[in-house]
Amino acid sequence: MSILVDESTRLVVQGITGREGMFHTQQAVAYGTKVVAGVTPGKGGTTVDGIPVFNTVQEAVDRTGANASAIFVPPPFAADAIMEAADAGLPLVVAITEGIPTLDMVRAARFLAGKPTRLIGPNCPGIISPGKCKIGIMPGQIHLPGHVGVVSRSGTLTYEAVGQLTALGIGQSTCIGIGGDPIIGTTFVDALRLFNDDPDTHGIVLIGEIGGLAEEEAAAFVQAHVKKPVVGFIAGRTAPPGRRMGHAGAIISGGKGTAADKIAALQAAGIAVAESPALIGVTMARTLAH
Amino acid sequence: MKIHEYQAKQILAKFGVTVPRGEVITKREDARAVAQKLGGGTVVVKAQIHAGGRGKGGGVKLAHNPAEADALAGQILGMTLVTHQTGPEGRLVKRVLIEEGLDVARELYLGIVIDRASGRPVFMASSEGGVEIEVVAAEHPEKILKEFIDPSVGFQAFQARKLAFGLGLEGKVVNDAARLFQNLYRAFEATDASLVEINPFVTTRDGRALALDAKMNFDDNALFRHPDIRELRDLDEEDPLEVKASNYGLNYIRLDGNVGCMVNGAGLAMATMDIIQYAGSRPANFLDVGGGASEEQVRHGFEIILSDANVRAVLINIFGGIMRCDIVANGVVAAAQTLGIKVPIVVRLKGTNVELGQKILQASGLNFEVANDMKEAAEKVVAAANQS
Repeated sequence: MSILVDESTRLVVQGITGREGMFHTQQAVAYGTKVVAGVTPGKGGTTVDGIPVFNTVQEAVDRTGANASAIFVPPPFAADAIMEAADAGLPLVVAITEGIPTLDMVRAARFLAGKPTRLIGPNCPGIISPGKCKIGIMPGQIHLPGHVGVVSRSGTLTYEAVGQLTALGIGQSTCIGIGGDPIIGTTFVDALRLFNDDPDTHGIVLIGEIGGLAEEEAAAFVQAHVKKPVVGFIAGRTAPPGRRMGHAGAIISGGKGTAADKIAALQAAGIAVAESPALIGVTMARTLAH
Repeated sequence: MKIHEYQAKQILAKFGVTVPRGEVITKREDARAVAQKLGGGTVVVKAQIHAGGRGKGGGVKLAHNPAEADALAGQILGMTLVTHQTGPEGRLVKRVLIEEGLDVARELYLGIVIDRASGRPVFMASSEGGVEIEVVAAEHPEKILKEFIDPSVGFQAFQARKLAFGLGLEGKVVNDAARLFQNLYRAFEATDASLVEINPFVTTRDGRALALDAKMNFDDNALFRHPDIRELRDLDEEDPLEVKASNYGLNYIRLDGNVGCMVNGAGLAMATMDIIQYAGSRPANFLDVGGGASEEQVRHGFEIILSDANVRAVLINIFGGIMRCDIVANGVVAAAQTLGIKVPIVVRLKGTNVELGQKILQASGLNFEVANDMKEAAEKVVAAANQS
């Protein structure tokens, strides 16, 4: 098993005719993802690699039975694309776009409140259930089907962790990049809850970074609810305060959101924290062996 | 993006936020005339730099008459102001703001930020004005009033009144303050600000409410729709290397170690800095070349790392997702050839087209040390940095 995406996922790609959208659609199809539709306003009626393109998400859903969306729309229009996907009733929306204005996401998050749509991202690598379905920009070949769930705020650091797991023969049930922005859809706690409830996930890797309090909330949730082994890593021990470290959400402000605080919170919750990013895989191996 | 106090006040005034009368000057000769224009009485002379803590550093002074204003402007203009936010090197003061002196009754605090947990803007107000809000938050969290704003309807009048009454304001000034709060939020929203802070917000003995200080930061991701605000950027307030990097669309932050690093992705870039420290040295910078960085961008990034004289060795750590290792390799080789590299370079490539990338590095004839994983890469680069 896996969470959120699998063989039954039917994907619509918003922004499929753009350079990134087209490239990653091809990659997803090559991985085995069922891409059933694309959406680019004004290009309805055309096709991309045989995939029908529609003017609206609603039309794509009505005509193809799509049940998940990937968003590769440029930042000025991305929040609108998220809301359109939710309006069409899609249960899962994965927003890859980096650089969406924060206030646009404030409005989109408000729009999503109370709707059945789950948003992943934005500013994230996406989600993959190895061997079944890949939505996003991660390199498929580094993954291995298995039983460890991975949840992370980062992109390439997640690949690093997954690469280590795979090299040790530890497969993954599902890997989710929740995104590096201050306002995101699915949180650490949401992902932990899903992994905890998934009988096929036997352990969880949580990769956080400086900024905000999401890791502290995750630690509290793990302590209260998670019975499976959890391994953590926090990036940014050497990050200076008050500086935005690439991700819009990665900033220590007013002394809050430091790596030291987050590591302490994770450890207090019984999570095995890898001291070095090179040790994430072996820490999981050791934890699972116990 | 940050702007100066006087610029923030100009923006806020356009939205109907009352600010003291004043003018910014760059030459001492203008000080006396401005002070005269403001009535010839008491004025405040305020250094305009982006860092906080200007008052404690001696950058904010009271002048009782135009002659004193002239003397103080002469003192402050051209001084190197050191505050807890500038670092020991301080910041050169090129402008001062001269403002009317006010008969202050109370000093309060106002701030608007995005609350990450709720995903909404939050309007904060505190009776503890004039001190750092972090200190109040740590010692007296109950003294910070908060109103969360529903973006679908905006900041409501009743919320503004709740804050005004909560601050203990009375009489006519309540309505003025509440109107100012609402205007402040309008400015925050309309300019895509990430922070608006009025510390202090004051009431005067003659019953007025004003923003005595003003700080505004803006969401970099929204600057594309605010060309007027983008123009307010003051490059003198930024590290020249960081400015150069941003011109190339690179995300670079200068640090004080001696191991330069170039990485794709922010999380991996931070983790690479961390593992350099774990291996026994310190990172010289954060540099994320991004997912879709071109060969040219990589080359520029490399040039920037190497123009930091502290750098003794460089670690290139690329995990190809969308980024292709051959593009990175081409960029590295091109930069190495252009610049005539003198420091040792350790390269770790993984992911898409890794074999092609390594082949390009080897075929270049340049002296790259190749590492297969992060641990090996960090150990090799730290050893190299300590030797050279």
